[in-house]
Amino acid sequence: MSSNRRLIDLILAPLAGLGMLLAIYMVFIYVPSDQAQGIVQRIFYFHVPLAIMTFLAFGVVAVASVMFLWQGTRFWDRLAHSAAEVGMLFCTLVLITGPIWARPVWGTWWTWDARLTTTLILWLIYAAYLMMRTVSGPGDQGARYAAILGIVGAVDIPIINRSVYWWRTIHPAVLVTREGSSGLNDPRMQATLGFCFVAFFLLFVWLVWVRNENARLRDAVEGMRQHVLTGHEA
Amino acid sequence: MENLSYLFAAYAAVWVLLFVYVVVLSRRNRALEREIDELRQLLQRHQAS
Repeated sequence: MSSNRRLIDLILAPLAGLGMLLAIYMVFIYVPSDQAQGIVQRIFYFHVPLAIMTFLAFGVVAVASVMFLWQGTRFWDRLAHSAAEVGMLFCTLVLITGPIWARPVWGTWWTWDARLTTTLILWLIYAAYLMMRTVSGPGDQGARYAAILGIVGAVDIPIINRSVYWWRTIHPAVLVTREGSSGLNDPRMQATLGFCFVAFFLLFVWLVWVRNENARLRDAVEGMRQHVLTGHEA
Repeated sequence: MENLSYLFAAYAAVWVLLFVYVVVLSRRNRALEREIDELRQLLQRHQAS
């Protein structure tokens, strides 16, 4: 790894780690428990930022896919693939933490509610994207098909976001309620949620960076293997 | 404390999956960097001969 890349890694990794540790402190020590839901409501402080970062990740996939189809450079393809993988990790965690919260609050692990269903659809779309990348192997054609899927799949993001307003749903509308106010009344809750957004954003940036390095190194290895083979044949 | 097990399960899932992903990625990156060094040395040997 070059010295600049090491420097970026040395800055991003501790920032992300420190942010997450402080987030844990705020969630478990600083913020008060919700009067209605009790301590299980604290799941929300990770669940909501994970969901927002999922949307950001797949938004990056869509933008990078557009750029790749337009310019055809490996930089955009690597970024799209990296963001998709990190987005899948975050989306998986959303679909895990959500039902764990729902079980004691709603009395069920899962319901075919609009937001849950559309989020599951998002997960399936990007699972298909990653499978397509794995099966197609190196080369532009598979990457182009995946880019199209990455762009189309992003259409689900605004649908998920608006689902609690468009359809009759039991999923909470927390950041902006149906009445137009924030669902959080205590300023400590608002501060904790805000800080968790920042912590997860730093984590997201760092994970995409590390995953993108992985993709860049694979390309470098492939290029050098070709060089070695060419050298043998010559 | 009611529902503490659910809270623990949710945060454990988040930390375990994140930790596993970071470890797997870090190992892959180190392996790729080692392979690049080996290929670089191989190329230098062939160019020297």
